[in-house]
Amino acid sequence: MEADKHFVVGIFDDEDVLLDGVKKVRSSGIRIHEVYTPFPVHGLDEALGYSRTRLPIAAFLFGLTGTILALLMQFWMLGYDWPMIIGGKNFASLPPFIPVTFELTVLLAALGMVATFLIVSDMKPYKWPRQFDIRSTDDKHVMAIDLAVNAGKSKDEIMRILRESGASEVNEKNFE
Amino acid sequence: MGHTHITITEERFEFTAKARRQIIYLLLAGVVLLALGLVISIFGGEAHHGSEHHGLSAPGSSQLVASLDTVAPAEGHGEGGAHHEEKPTWLKRLYTTLWMNNIYFIGLGIIGLFFVSIQYAAQAGWSAGIKRIPLAMGQWLPVAFVSTLVLWFITHHDVFHWTHSYLYDKNNPETFDEIIAGKAPFFFWPGEAGGFPVFYMVRMVLFFGLWIWFFYTIRKNMLAEDQIGGTSFWYKNRSLSAWFLVFFAVSSSVAAWDWVMSIDTHWFSTMFGWYVFASWWVTGLAFITLIVVYLKDAGYLKIVNANHLHDLGKFVFAFSIFWTYIWFGQFLLIWYAHIPEETVYFVERMSTPPYSWIFFANLILNFVLPFLLLMTRDAKRQMSMLKLVAPIVIVGHWFDFYNMVTPGVMKTDGGLGFIEIGTAFIFLAAFLWVTLSSLSKMPLFGKNHPMLEESLHHHI
Repeated sequence: MEADKHFVVGIFDDEDVLLDGVKKVRSSGIRIHEVYTPFPVHGLDEALGYSRTRLPIAAFLFGLTGTILALLMQFWMLGYDWPMIIGGKNFASLPPFIPVTFELTVLLAALGMVATFLIVSDMKPYKWPRQFDIRSTDDKHVMAIDLAVNAGKSKDEIMRILRESGASEVNEKNFE
Repeated sequence: MGHTHITITEERFEFTAKARRQIIYLLLAGVVLLALGLVISIFGGEAHHGSEHHGLSAPGSSQLVASLDTVAPAEGHGEGGAHHEEKPTWLKRLYTTLWMNNIYFIGLGIIGLFFVSIQYAAQAGWSAGIKRIPLAMGQWLPVAFVSTLVLWFITHHDVFHWTHSYLYDKNNPETFDEIIAGKAPFFFWPGEAGGFPVFYMVRMVLFFGLWIWFFYTIRKNMLAEDQIGGTSFWYKNRSLSAWFLVFFAVSSSVAAWDWVMSIDTHWFSTMFGWYVFASWWVTGLAFITLIVVYLKDAGYLKIVNANHLHDLGKFVFAFSIFWTYIWFGQFLLIWYAHIPEETVYFVERMSTPPYSWIFFANLILNFVLPFLLLMTRDAKRQMSMLKLVAPIVIVGHWFDFYNMVTPGVMKTDGGLGFIEIGTAFIFLAAFLWVTLSSLSKMPLFGKNHPMLEESLHHHI
């Protein structure tokens, strides 16, 4: 069976039931593809066993880039390329560069984080997201399980485990 | 699911004989260091005995300062004249460091109350388990009131240049100071300039009086809540806190002008109230964090977990940056405007020995280190990292207050040695004693706090 094509989808009505369900499904040896919720559910990341995001590291590196760029830019501009006397100060003196450095640090950290997040989350322009069940944008929690990944278990068994774990409804979903 | 049940057992902090002994050792160490420092300073044959006025003509200060003498009458003029008996350097150093430490520890006391108040005013739930620690720190306020009054009467002629009556004597153009005389009503109204500073003292008594009243009233409600329960005490404290915060916004600023900024009487900065507040605040946060961490190490505060520590760590991290922002805001404008009567403040501190290294150490200890060390999430959640950073901030802001007070009083005669360290130890021992004994007299957290349940499930 081809991966990322054939799914079993469990619908949960309540986030507490969902959290319990996630634990039960995982402990029965099934690997969950993804869970879609209409609002953030506390503790879901931990229940799904996700490791913490490394976005802060990216943010730090982007920020550091901003700091270095800002300082290089200002020292080059006002110290070398076009020296100007402002308020009787040295051509290149640090204090007036600090606000610009701060702003560029924040700007690059923020823009870099947004860009990284979009790329990592595969949210490209013109990309149409796959819908496992449109009600995940309304009031249902949707758990998707890839059949190819869980080839060790039959489709019926997975559907049975989902029902036993609290899913109010279990469907099949196939993508072309 | 999810809502794991946590059993709450009432905890009481025991101020053990061992802890008492350690604090007394700290006190004795302070006394010994102070005595040693004084002996060295008195008999060590320090080059200057105050007979000679060093003022601003120190090597290292720029030409800017030389021009200052002609622009504005230099502060401390007339010294060495018949009007003013100059005290020996060691005594001036002692007075300076007593006043400086007093101001630093007032901050820890009032920040204790301030922290409790913002929790009520913001209707914060996360902090329900740790509020008794800042509350205990507030117990320092009555002690600080007494020490401030006593120290003011002992040290004011040496610490506060503006208390000398000859500055206001128009008939004596040699000593008359037009700038300070212009500020006279701020100190002496409605009395006569150069006499008893009525307005100044009224402010001191009013600020302490109301702070202490707010402290005892809020504390009384918190303890009554332990006995009676319900939400009424919480609502009462929320109103009291809101009123206190309004009063504190004004009084903390004016207190900073009165007790710190008026040392450099000619100079002023519109940022100064914020600056002192920011320094007090982040020091207080570091102190609260440190006490919470040590209590947890000793087996107390089981209801406090990494999420609460994370919030405290964020507070220390964020307000270290806030302090730096205020510091830089004050520095940049004065640096850029380059007005002699303003820049002199930084010349005295930044490029005048023996203070230069303290000026830069201040920035490293209070910005660079907390910023880099507390940046990651894990750092804020680990007790070992908080145990490292909180003392850095606490010591760093002691340097900050040293930097605010000492150069203005001592000019180039200041020092940082056994006298200053010994005095700091004595104050620290007294503060710890008052705080910990106050903490041992009440439950370690309010078991009837309406938001205790929320605090238990705090998750970030």
